[in-house]
Amino acid sequence: MKKVTVSICTGTTCYLMGGAHLLTINERLDPSTLDSVEFKGAHCLGLCSNESNGKPPFVKVNEHLVSDATLNKVLDAIRKELKEIQHVS
Amino acid sequence: MFHDNKAVRLRKEVLARVARAFFTAQPDDTLNRIPLTMRPKGAKDSSRCCIYKDRVVLKYRSMAALGFSVESETDELKPVSAYFAEALQRKTPTLPVLTVIDEACSACVTTCYTATNACKGCLARSCESVCPKDAIEFRNGKAWLNPDQCVNCGLCMKACPYHAIIRIPIPCEEACPVGAITKDPETGRETIDHTKCTYCGKCLTECPFAAISDLSQMVDVLQRLQEGNAVAMIAPSIIGQLPGTLPQLISALETLGFSSVIEVAEGAEETTLHESAEWAEKISEGERFITTSCCPAYIETVEKHLPEMRPFVSDTPTPMAYTASKVRKIAPEAVTVFIGPCIAKRVEAAKNPDVDYVLTFEELGAMLVGADIDVFECREAMDRPTPSREGRGFAASSGVTHAVKAVAPGNAALEPLLVNGLDTKTIRQMSLWATKSCPGNFVEVMSCEGGCISGPGSMGNPRLVKKQLDELLKNSPPLRSKPISTYRLTNIDLNGTVSRITGEFFNESTGTQNSRSTDA
Repeated sequence: MKKVTVSICTGTTCYLMGGAHLLTINERLDPSTLDSVEFKGAHCLGLCSNESNGKPPFVKVNEHLVSDATLNKVLDAIRKELKEIQHVS
Repeated sequence: MFHDNKAVRLRKEVLARVARAFFTAQPDDTLNRIPLTMRPKGAKDSSRCCIYKDRVVLKYRSMAALGFSVESETDELKPVSAYFAEALQRKTPTLPVLTVIDEACSACVTTCYTATNACKGCLARSCESVCPKDAIEFRNGKAWLNPDQCVNCGLCMKACPYHAIIRIPIPCEEACPVGAITKDPETGRETIDHTKCTYCGKCLTECPFAAISDLSQMVDVLQRLQEGNAVAMIAPSIIGQLPGTLPQLISALETLGFSSVIEVAEGAEETTLHESAEWAEKISEGERFITTSCCPAYIETVEKHLPEMRPFVSDTPTPMAYTASKVRKIAPEAVTVFIGPCIAKRVEAAKNPDVDYVLTFEELGAMLVGADIDVFECREAMDRPTPSREGRGFAASSGVTHAVKAVAPGNAALEPLLVNGLDTKTIRQMSLWATKSCPGNFVEVMSCEGGCISGPGSMGNPRLVKKQLDELLKNSPPLRSKPISTYRLTNIDLNGTVSRITGEFFNESTGTQNSRSTDA
């Protein structure tokens, strides 16, 4: 089955601005969907150098970029992608 | 309050921008533009009445990030760059370590009870019946609390079956364990009474408007790093506070400009050995109990609010004091910088000539951001001395107890008590222990709930940090297994200063320091 890929940027900037707290996201996810989500430890995604990307912390959910990310924003993005996967299959 | 919120992020963003400005070609211009960059013309996300007020507050935040009390402002026109110039000239860090940004303080209403529109104006009206002061009136069929008569007893709130009466607190005053932050009756804004403040930092983390700030020593350190002989003394609680592994972080610190890095966990081993010896000695002399001495906010609490506890506080120097004293002896010219989660450590450092500066993990994060150092990209520092599980364990609540227990002679008699977080209740409790009886004979006191890992200047997620810490402790050797000769045990003179030097501190660091150590 296709998986949703979640990359939480762990560059120093993102980590400082709250990325450290986003790393608890797997605890917030519905256990039944955990198998369909793949968390990737991401080195700095390099997004903070360009202010047009928005504010750190950054998280990528598949190709979708979440800026000024909070747990809820990322969870929403994951759920949206999960729905699309289910829709296709 | 959930500690990754917008107010906290804003505070950190200012720190990072100030640090970044330090490294730019035109720091003055970059600094003066911080308020405009963060709240540009047409910005829709003003957090107050308008972007103009936001900008003023951001200017004051920048001032605090440069180490200036907002209260010290005499000329409103003085630009951020002028404060920067002054900060670069500063020889020693400024006190007091906390400031209230009065423009940011929302002047919360005085703590009170109030009836909300959930009131049904019921038949029972038990609120009215229980009120001892006749303060409840019914207006348009709903309860109304007359503030002139109400004495804030809270009985009506408990009596209402609809939960229609609520208590509106003032978060900073609520958080303060010693009543040091109160309203200025003229302006309604909060002011800190520095004769009472213990610098625990609880008001800073709890204010929803981030109106309380610590005075940063970031710029001072960045400036002194250029001299090339600064030593970073990293607190045991550094694990998990920044991305990457501990060895990566150590080389990140070296890249930033520190000439060597020492884990204060090694100093914590000294504290452990001496504290357990002191405990055994005092108990055998008939003392009822002793308390730990490593938490500086607790020491301030004893000094200012719990004088009856003074005779029971251990005389053992703190891990920071041991570490700094050694660095001074080995390298007298070195600039010593303690890096930890703690604001009160700044007060301790101001009293200790061996410690030049104190940085929080947040500030370190901001400095690494400013210098464009990605910790994850750093190599792992090699061949470091490995501090023991006991020394590293100081980072979390109950760690000191475990450590002392592990080495205490005749440890069966140790009856530990844990004060995990200082608040009005625990302070009252401790007063009773001092004046009446104490149910244990070794009291560990941590001002922050959870211990240093959840300090006000921390940056990691406390739960994840705890996991990482536990993992690290598993892989660290026990203190007892270390060859006793490397410790050259126990020669504290009566002033509590260390009269011996261990050579092992600078094992892997630069040659100059090693040669100095042989000189010493």
